Amino acid sequence: MFKRIDKHEEKTLSFTFEGEPVKALEGDTVAGALLLKGESVFRQSAVSGENRAPYCLMGICFECLVEINGVPNRQACMVKVEDGMNVNRQKRAVEVKAP
Amino acid sequence: MIVSDAVVVGAGVVGASIAYGLLREGLSVELLDEGDAALRASRGNFGLVWVSGKGATLPDYALWTLASADAWAGHAAGLEEETGLSVGYHKPGGVDLCFSDEELEQKRALLQTLNDAVGAERYQARMLTRQEVLDIIPTVGPDVVGAGFCPHDGHCGSLSLLRALHAAYAKRKGTAYRAGEVMLNIRKVGTGYAVLTRDNVYKTRKIVLAAGLGNKTLGPLVGIDSPVFPLKGQVLATERTALRVDWLTPYVRQTDEGYFLLGDSMEHDGFNTFSNVAVIRGIARRSLRSFPFLKDLRLVRTWAALRVMTADGYPVYDESERFPGVFSIGCHSGVTLSAVHATRLARMIADGALAPEVSAFSARRFDVQEN
Ligand SMILES: Cc1cc2nc3c(=O)[nH]c(=O)nc-3n(C[C@H](O)[C@H](O)[C@H](O)COP(=O)(O)OP(=O)(O)OC[C@H]3O[C@@H](n4cnc5c(N)ncnc54)[C@H](O)[C@@H]3O)c2cc1C
Ligand code: FES
Repeated sequence: MFKRIDKHEEKTLSFTFEGEPVKALEGDTVAGALLLKGESVFRQSAVSGENRAPYCLMGICFECLVEINGVPNRQACMVKVEDGMNVNRQKRAVEVKAP
Repeated sequence: MIVSDAVVVGAGVVGASIAYGLLREGLSVELLDEGDAALRASRGNFGLVWVSGKGATLPDYALWTLASADAWAGHAAGLEEETGLSVGYHKPGGVDLCFSDEELEQKRALLQTLNDAVGAERYQARMLTRQEVLDIIPTVGPDVVGAGFCPHDGHCGSLSLLRALHAAYAKRKGTAYRAGEVMLNIRKVGTGYAVLTRDNVYKTRKIVLAAGLGNKTLGPLVGIDSPVFPLKGQVLATERTALRVDWLTPYVRQTDEGYFLLGDSMEHDGFNTFSNVAVIRGIARRSLRSFPFLKDLRLVRTWAALRVMTADGYPVYDESERFPGVFSIGCHSGVTLSAVHATRLARMIADGALAPEVSAFSARRFDVQEN
């Protein structure tokens, strides 16, 4: 569905999404790289369980939340890909360890 | 020319509550609002329906607030029945945490004043020991020494409330409120009035100025002094959590969607609506001291909004002497008062006069008193 508009000379990076390897160029956001690969399910709504994907791609809507390197609820559209990152879908509301 | 029994200027939570109430009284109503650039306390507030501690120097306000808290469950149910929208109202009672003996003593004195003024059996405020706080909120931090408690305190989703009021208004009237209709002036026309906007003339017999901070400039057009000023507040929102709590404090609460909201600062900063890090840090610190478990949560949003404040914090309700039938209604705590605004106040306006139970809220109280 999505295509790159420029030819980039940037360095190639790789990360994983749900354990599967994904390629990206340096400077790509996590959301950009995943959309380019054709991914459409980034998370399940914490309220309804419905599948969701990025909407605004500029940090406003919080539809693009994923888990990055074990940290939940990060905005995929605001985080740049780093080599070796582990990205997973945000599957549920976070548990809180209440004493 | 657009003709109706009443025109309400301002579709924030105050104007929308009154307009909805006037429709229920059987009047035909036009509800006007500015465009999206408007200052709107109604979109940035903390969502408390809060009674505890209010009105210590004006018992009429304590009673008015209490009347609204009593009416709130019915208000929420009515809105849900009319619109199918939940406003997320809950009434667990409010726990106001104290961190020192001095704070405990101040809180005890405040609640005692109100119990005495209203009647302890009705007001039902009491102090909690640390152990009693732990029985209600097992997660409070080690520095908490006790708390004040009032069973009348509750909370709602403030955006859900505004949306439901707009929807209930639209459903009863058949059309939505009019956005982008800035009231410019009021003229006497025969036995009624004309409300002028850039593009339209609204002919009516009653006008309610409920324009929030805008009342300061609109009131004088009809000889009403409306001494409201902006008082900034900032709010932080965490990510949604699976943990669900059923307690309420005045500056940390959980919404129906699972967010924790942390509030709420008070800053004299003119009409500036920017957030700033120093204040955010202060809010976060106090919230963490109260609830250490919050440290594991990420903040997803912060915002700032301007309260519609008066010098003593109490509402300003007036009817114009020169323009009878024109009312100016401004207040802080418009969420709390939404239930009485939609019922008792709307009825007074429909009947044509502010009743004695709200006469203490006239802005004339700020006039210089002569001996
Ligand atoms: C940070 C914060 C926290 C708060 N927390 C709480 C709380 O927990 N509980 C509580 O009860 N209250 C709370 N409040 C207060 C509450 O939000 C306000 O009392 C309430 O929103 C005021 O509503 P309003 O309709 O008068 O004003 P606004 O929401 O400001 O709306 C005024 C409306 O008038 C319109 N307007 C202005 N001029 C014109 C014009 N010339 N023509 C047409 N339309 C016009 C504007 O477009 C605007 O929509 C809080 C406020 C803030 C800022
Ligand atoms: S897509 Fe809207 S915040 Fe990321």
